[in-house]
Amino acid sequence: MLRRLLPIIKKEFRQIRRDKRVLAILTLVPALLLLLNGYALNYDVSHIKMAVIDQENSKESRDFLNAFVTSGYFDYVQYLKSTDEAMHMIDDARIRAAIVIPTDFSHKLLSGEITDIQVLVDGMDSNAASIILGYVQAVTLQYSQKIVLKNLSKIGRGNYLPIQYDARVWYNPELKSAKFLVPGLIGFILAITAVIATSLSIVKEKERNTIEQIDVSPISSVELIVGKMIPYALISLVAAALVIVAAYFLFDVVVKGSYLWLFGSTLLFVIAALSIGLFVSTISDSQQVAFQLASLTSMLPTMILSGFMFPIRSMPWWLQILTNITPAKFYLVILRSIILKGVGLAAFWDQLVYLMIFTTVMLTISARRFKKTLS
Amino acid sequence: MNKQRILALLKKEFGQLFKDKKLLPLVFVAPLLQLTFLGFAASLDVKDISMVLCDLDKTESSRGFIEKFTNSGYFTVDYSTEDYGSIQSYLDDHKTTMALIIPPKFGDKLLQRQPARVQVILDGSEGNSTTIAMGYVNQIIVSYSNSVLAEVVGTKSVGGINAQARAWFNPSLKSRNYMVPGVLVLILLITTMNLTSMAIVKEKEIGTLEQIMVTPITPTELILGKLIPFTIIGIVNWCVVLVAMVVGFGIPVMGSFPLLFGLTTFFLLTSLGLGLFVSTISHTQQQAMMTSMFFVLQPMMYISGFNFPIENMPKALQLFSFGVPMRYYLVIVRSVILKGVGISSLWFEAGALLFMGVMVLVASVLRFKSKLD
Repeated sequence: MLRRLLPIIKKEFRQIRRDKRVLAILTLVPALLLLLNGYALNYDVSHIKMAVIDQENSKESRDFLNAFVTSGYFDYVQYLKSTDEAMHMIDDARIRAAIVIPTDFSHKLLSGEITDIQVLVDGMDSNAASIILGYVQAVTLQYSQKIVLKNLSKIGRGNYLPIQYDARVWYNPELKSAKFLVPGLIGFILAITAVIATSLSIVKEKERNTIEQIDVSPISSVELIVGKMIPYALISLVAAALVIVAAYFLFDVVVKGSYLWLFGSTLLFVIAALSIGLFVSTISDSQQVAFQLASLTSMLPTMILSGFMFPIRSMPWWLQILTNITPAKFYLVILRSIILKGVGLAAFWDQLVYLMIFTTVMLTISARRFKKTLS
Repeated sequence: MNKQRILALLKKEFGQLFKDKKLLPLVFVAPLLQLTFLGFAASLDVKDISMVLCDLDKTESSRGFIEKFTNSGYFTVDYSTEDYGSIQSYLDDHKTTMALIIPPKFGDKLLQRQPARVQVILDGSEGNSTTIAMGYVNQIIVSYSNSVLAEVVGTKSVGGINAQARAWFNPSLKSRNYMVPGVLVLILLITTMNLTSMAIVKEKEIGTLEQIMVTPITPTELILGKLIPFTIIGIVNWCVVLVAMVVGFGIPVMGSFPLLFGLTTFFLLTSLGLGLFVSTISHTQQQAMMTSMFFVLQPMMYISGFNFPIENMPKALQLFSFGVPMRYYLVIVRSVILKGVGISSLWFEAGALLFMGVMVLVASVLRFKSKLD
């Protein structure tokens, strides 16, 4: 079998090598995408442009508003007269948020009542808006606690804090976005390149009818599949290695766990992605269709359903079930475990098993279908 | 230019398109799937934080404190343990993303009016969710603290500031309102740019482009014959997505529809031009696809503000994004649909989009023509 396999692999490599641009894209673009993504994907909202409608303009209200400026999140404070003005400014995207201080602010604050302030946010970008509201809450809470304790100390009950808590963040203490995005990006990039490259390369042979020529040769369909997959698997692995090296130099992401498991699980994931590519190729008759299908089955689920960007547990239940259609979901947990947590097999063996099941099922279905389309 | 020849070309193109039984259905189903996924899944909301509880106190006070977490709706106690040392494995093994540890004598200390300590551990590999979870923890603990303080002082509450938030344009802060209009932009780009470039390169690959060249068809006619079908498909597709958005997701177009449609044609100039351009630099469909995917679509998606705000990016990328036409079209689509603003707020974006569209299209047509000769 090996004797017949080698020529196919050689042929495939020669074809890939001849098309220098596709080879360059397959190996280098992943690292390039990492660079782009690493800098562009950033949840940390800063420099929030904010306006203030201070209806009281007292020492207390100014002190409170000052807390926003010194927090570092809110960049620029402009004083406005009315909420209408603020609304216009939000309309024109000149500010992202506005804070309204009522006329009885200091009175209520000092007499120990609950003081309501109003916060207007531009809700268009809902995710950024949630983050901004989180900052507003945090600044308000901190200031509020200061006042509460001050008020209590006036009546001789100060300095008592019932609960003291310390919050620790493990694995990524500085909560850097790039750090937790890198594992996801590796999965995302591998999925796209592997699925699209294999499906297009097989469908190309279909389009040109060269696949029939192979069919009449003594090569079996299994050999053909393996021969087609090996070159792309190797290229994908090289691309993955480049991404990890780039992540180290650009974003200080250090692989804490075992490289061996990293390699093993990546290989498994690549095979899963290649079998999806194979599956796509059995359905498509033209490269245009293959491209559409491949991007639909690789890019979309990997980006949206894998937990790469959006927490799975917050999705509706039916979508949570659907997340299992993407092998990236399992691979992502493994990658985060190895790269960020530095834990061993015991921590992610279940995900590895899921990934293995997925790969086996997908590969069997695709190989069956592929054989059928050939004959 | 000869009308009849163009018509004949169009017939041929549409014939080819309809002959491929899978392409057209895919072109229309793909965006609807995308819409559904993005509409329901693309949310950074953190609703259901899974936690392991280590209550070493087990008094009424500790239970009351824990209840504050579970009643908040944000936290679910999935595991309970009395072994402090085992907590690490819960986070390591990806079982939970948070641990709440209540040490012994928590209740006693509260009753004696001494500070009681608790510990919270969060899984930072989840990134943004961790930040949000931390905010919730902070709020819950402060509000519990204050209720204890109020009890100590003997008042109903100890006061403080309560921030009431109101979100403009999207009061419930649904992320789908932000993401779904973005799909309108992606669809146009994918159908017109990717498919146009692949369709042209396909003829190159099979060698039929040379056959067309020896016919009396002029390059301009050829370009029109190639661009018109995908323009029509792109627009129909865009309308389908728009209807799905309004009917399926209940996101109405707040602004003027003619304005939205008019500015969309500006963007079409860009995406068609880019498709044409990609076809001039590609010899195979694989090349065309990968070039448009990795060098145009992907970078545009990240830099244009499609899913991440431009303000957060490094200065260099922010400057670069001014040269990305998709940026302007995104602002237009979101502003007209969600904010309902008119042209007076959008003239800069509209101007930039038109300018870039004309430039890209003219340059590509010239390049395509010179390549043919």
